[in-house]
Amino acid sequence: MPAEPCQNCSQTEFEQRIDPLRPRLIAFAKLHLKFEADAEDAVQECLISAWKQLEKFAGKSSLETWVFGILRHKLIDLYRHHSKIRTFEYNESKLPDTDGWFQKDEHWHNEHAPSNWSSPYQTLENEHFWQVFDICVFHLPEQTSRVFTLREFMGFETAQICESLHISEHNCWTILHRARLRLRACLEQNWFTAEENRQ
Amino acid sequence: MKKMSSCKHATELMSQKQDRKLTFKEQSWLITHLTLCHNCRRCNKQFELLEKACEQRREEFEKS
Repeated sequence: MPAEPCQNCSQTEFEQRIDPLRPRLIAFAKLHLKFEADAEDAVQECLISAWKQLEKFAGKSSLETWVFGILRHKLIDLYRHHSKIRTFEYNESKLPDTDGWFQKDEHWHNEHAPSNWSSPYQTLENEHFWQVFDICVFHLPEQTSRVFTLREFMGFETAQICESLHISEHNCWTILHRARLRLRACLEQNWFTAEENRQ
Repeated sequence: MKKMSSCKHATELMSQKQDRKLTFKEQSWLITHLTLCHNCRRCNKQFELLEKACEQRREEFEKS
């Protein structure tokens, strides 16, 4: 999908274009920040900053990715300064259950075994793909979603995640394992084998 | 060492290899399991695809 830079957009056009992205921005910020008002402020600041810098945006990525990236940068910064960040409580009973996907002998249950993904490689630059991807991620239980986004959206190493959230590496690996299993299944159902994406 | 038939353990290693370097023993265990297990080969490919996608996206975030 070609990126549409929106450089000549009016403020209204810009807002209209970004409007569908807003729930994902809010969900992302709320996951990491202590107060809802801070999350809303962070998103607002991100959108103002994007609007002001719009002339500099050259369309090397999609507008949505670029705006999402501005918020990501802001959140990384807040983690660095330990500012406004939510405390984290590790609770294994609140992790998504994936044990039931395996049989007693630890083989996959047939209905949970991975299916073949049709034409997966062409889909990755598509904004619609990332919409579905983010919805899958933000629908994970909160602490799972939080650790996963730190790892895969922000690009933190697990050691940094452990330090920021005060959890052990073992806990971190457990959470990421469950997150990836769930995400794989969610994307399989809603993207890779979804009827409308079949060629 | 885990039973060679454990797909659950295989998925743990597939996930952890994105976050840390597996030991030699773990790597050999995983490779052997993948040779034997069609479902886990598929899962492994899909995990790798998602990892690559996220990496590409992080690069996209840095562009303007």
